[in-house]
Amino acid sequence: MIKKFTIILITTLALTLNVHAGSDGELLLKKNKPSEVKDCFESVNRATFAFNQALDGIIIKPVSSVYKKLPSPIKSGVSNSLDNLSNLVTIPNNLLQGNFALAGLNSGRFLVNTTIGILGLVDVAQHIGMSEYKKEDYGQTLAKAGVGPGCYIVLPVLGPSTARDTVASAANFLGGDAWYNVTVRNDTHYFRDIDYYSSKITGGVDFRAKNYDSIENLKDNSIDFYASVKSLYLQDRQQKILNVKRIVDTQNDSDWEEIEN
Amino acid sequence: MVKKLFIIIFIFSTSFTTKIFAIEPDIFVQSTVNRASKLLSENISKEEKIEQLKLIAKDTVDIKGIGFYTLGSFRKNLNDNEKYEYSILFEQYFLKSFSSRLAEYTNPKIDVFAKEVLSKNYTIVNSTLEATKERPEIKIDWRIYTKDPEKPLIRDLIIEGLSLARTQKEEFASVLSSNNNDIKALFKVLKEFTNK
Repeated sequence: MIKKFTIILITTLALTLNVHAGSDGELLLKKNKPSEVKDCFESVNRATFAFNQALDGIIIKPVSSVYKKLPSPIKSGVSNSLDNLSNLVTIPNNLLQGNFALAGLNSGRFLVNTTIGILGLVDVAQHIGMSEYKKEDYGQTLAKAGVGPGCYIVLPVLGPSTARDTVASAANFLGGDAWYNVTVRNDTHYFRDIDYYSSKITGGVDFRAKNYDSIENLKDNSIDFYASVKSLYLQDRQQKILNVKRIVDTQNDSDWEEIEN
Repeated sequence: MVKKLFIIIFIFSTSFTTKIFAIEPDIFVQSTVNRASKLLSENISKEEKIEQLKLIAKDTVDIKGIGFYTLGSFRKNLNDNEKYEYSILFEQYFLKSFSSRLAEYTNPKIDVFAKEVLSKNYTIVNSTLEATKERPEIKIDWRIYTKDPEKPLIRDLIIEGLSLARTQKEEFASVLSSNNNDIKALFKVLKEFTNK
């Protein structure tokens, strides 16, 4: 309890260091620019990163290497089910961000995939032409509301995050995630705690397996693996917050302008 | 009149020549990818592939430009000797890192499907790396430096929106900041990487 309180206190303090009111596209871009995110607790982060790496080597990597050998239909079924469950966090965030049409679309996607798609194993929505699914979370919603990322944080087991995203993820445990509510928070008699935790663990293994070679390759070819992971995580986060696909929206050409051959 | 005619012929012939030799960035990317793909599918050892990939990289990638971009504003602090030493070390580092990454793939299929001209100097070429049983389809964008239209060069690979050049820049910045911005420390790390 004290540990939880300390973590929340530290992350809140870290977050408030970087909170500014108001936001437009340019400000949102600037605030979430990877180079703008401070690594306030670098030595602690590096230690946690080393711990996570050890954990990866002992458990996650071996399990992922077995998982990635499973037949493709099984892996895509698992991946689809996890994506389908994530709608339960995406939909309230669509609403909080004022994207009512998207909330409707994702609700439809969830209904179709849960029923016709057999508990989400088959992505029927994609086959009938629904637009590509984009996950949203409470961190993205806070970012859209103008809250800066705060300090970069590496969480034990969970990996890279920012102060804002860590604080925002608490919303999942305070009623903001219907899957958590029906499995852990409330005694529904239909689901158990283990269902929630096993879905989260499977999600981690699925991610690690999908990126197995890329992660190994990056590890072998980095001169500072911690810094590479941090950069990639923050770039990815910036892209998700801005909901952009065109790289020119996140990459400033002035970075290159002085490099003339 | 003869002078005017001469000027017109000169301008016409110059522009005609330019058009003949200018290489479109998307065609350049596709042909580079095809070269690499053909090499990777050949039945030769990994070491041979790596050596051949290095030659392709030297020919098609602006290694020097990427090197100075990677150093960020810190490059302004270097003297000429340090710049020279850095360029050599960076090239060795880049070629090893680049070829080792690519040599893991066997016959990758990349389709170029679009391009976007950003400025006179830059075009982004869009492509996809086809899905395999092991991994899903991957979107790859290429930042092509087109200052010399006859010799376009690759300056960055953006995989699913994540820039490799930017990642490398932040990685180098981290090495420098954790060593009191001592360029010699970066040189040491680069040498260690190349020799490992």
